[in-house]
Amino acid sequence: MAADNEPTSRPNNEVQPPFVHTASAPKPGTVAEALGRRDFKVWRGNALGGGYKDYTAEISAGMVVLDAVHQIQATQAGDLACRWNCKAGKCGSCSAEINGKPRLMCMTRMETLPEGTVTIQPMKAFKPIKDLVTDVSWNYEVKKKIAPFKPKAPEADGTWRMQQFEVERVQEFRKCIECFLCQDTCHVLRDHGKHEVFAGPRFFVHAAQLEMHPLDTVNREPFLKHDGGIGFCNITKCCTEVCPEHIKITDNAIIPLKERVADTYYDPLVRLWRWAFKKGEQPVEPKA
Amino acid sequence: MPDMTTQAVAHQHGFGATARRDLWWLGPLATSIGLLSFVVYSTWAAFQGAYYEAGPYLSPFYSPLIFGTSEHAWIHGTPGWWPTWLPFSAALLVLWAPGGFRLTCYYYRKAYYRSIWMDPVACAVGEPRKSYWGENTLPLILMNAHRYFAYLAVIFIGVLTYDAIKSYLFTGADGAKHFGMGVGSIVLTLNPLFLGLYTFGCHSLRHLVGGKKDCFSCSSFGEARFKMWSAVSVLNRNHQLWAWVSLFGVGFSDIYVRMVAMGHWHDVRFF
Repeated sequence: MAADNEPTSRPNNEVQPPFVHTASAPKPGTVAEALGRRDFKVWRGNALGGGYKDYTAEISAGMVVLDAVHQIQATQAGDLACRWNCKAGKCGSCSAEINGKPRLMCMTRMETLPEGTVTIQPMKAFKPIKDLVTDVSWNYEVKKKIAPFKPKAPEADGTWRMQQFEVERVQEFRKCIECFLCQDTCHVLRDHGKHEVFAGPRFFVHAAQLEMHPLDTVNREPFLKHDGGIGFCNITKCCTEVCPEHIKITDNAIIPLKERVADTYYDPLVRLWRWAFKKGEQPVEPKA
Repeated sequence: MPDMTTQAVAHQHGFGATARRDLWWLGPLATSIGLLSFVVYSTWAAFQGAYYEAGPYLSPFYSPLIFGTSEHAWIHGTPGWWPTWLPFSAALLVLWAPGGFRLTCYYYRKAYYRSIWMDPVACAVGEPRKSYWGENTLPLILMNAHRYFAYLAVIFIGVLTYDAIKSYLFTGADGAKHFGMGVGSIVLTLNPLFLGLYTFGCHSLRHLVGGKKDCFSCSSFGEARFKMWSAVSVLNRNHQLWAWVSLFGVGFSDIYVRMVAMGHWHDVRFF
């Protein structure tokens, strides 16, 4: 599952073990400081079951957990499955749970982990495929249910105009790399398995990105209330804590959306105001 | 939603189960101690019905003093409709509003859902219960009333600011009011300041003043609303900090006034 991202400066005939192919590897001509060996417990298995297996890896300064996993792949477990691609925290592929915390393996430096055995597990909120690889396709099905961007009619000269200060709010949400760590740590999915009635923080961020766009015309509040199940969120901010892009998921996406849903469904004064003066703002309820 | 059966074969199960190796329990423990301490003290203080004023100082737990016998009271005396089985305390008439504001506050919800209700106690840590309804049904669906408590909280900021101003007006030997300043004046001035920094960073106010708008430049008073939304957003970034600072501030204000009123502490007058 590894993408071919070989550096172009490498001689064609030189073969290097995969664990040195990293942005944090020592520069040419330097020797990385050896930090000793570390023990790992890596979950091996599939949807039917599995267990932990013990490995060791030689750690040098600057190594990240993904480097160690690749070293284990290269030296001890050639069949260890792990999804990865960019090694730069931008593709969102190498999500896993490191010492119980949902994190990107490529952005977790070994020297930041406490002494002792490092435990690596696949994401709990999704069905395992093999070892550290999980089936995240459910997320793509959820995304299809969210109405796409639909801009208002262009201006007389055939173009759209919007102010930078207005789109800055939604630009934060566009940083999302779809690593699904927020989905994994959300207890509504992780512990209560409400995948059928709850879209999860990733898709509230996506909905907020569309909903708050100054040119968008679609009202997604019915989706958020019903299919999206935003009421299940009890705003415990775990999604914000694990986001590798530091998106303020709860404060800037979920809570503003909960407030919009409250406007429409729970606030009698707003409902009265809209009924009296702004009938066009009432959302269209989904068909039963 | 598409069907998804989670096979959590790789993970620990049960309350508190986790592979986390950090001190994940420390935050919820400290939060629960802080919250429960305040709830116990404020409940005790609210039922005392005494020692809530000392000269120009009025405890914020009893403000506005709707019924009372002192210069702070809006109406002198006690309400005739007050049930005889319940000792009268003016705090019980007002504390429900700021209490409701904090109870439904988005930050405090996070705090007590985690530390008291343990749903979850910490991120990626097993929960004590399997059932879960979120804020979809009664009683938690009532959290959507937070905006109404926010409106009341803004009024309370005005009332407590008035109390702060009055705390600089001491009654002299001639019976007239004189400008002065004591430690209590500073305490009662900092209290509405901290409460303001907390209240004006409220998520519901942020929504009300402009957050609900997608296009400020297309809206009436769009520029003003964007500025208000930006200002509330600045305070909102530290909502948790101000929630705790103001909680401590309002609790300490009551303790200070109570201690001075009981004669345990001497209020130092600067002039």
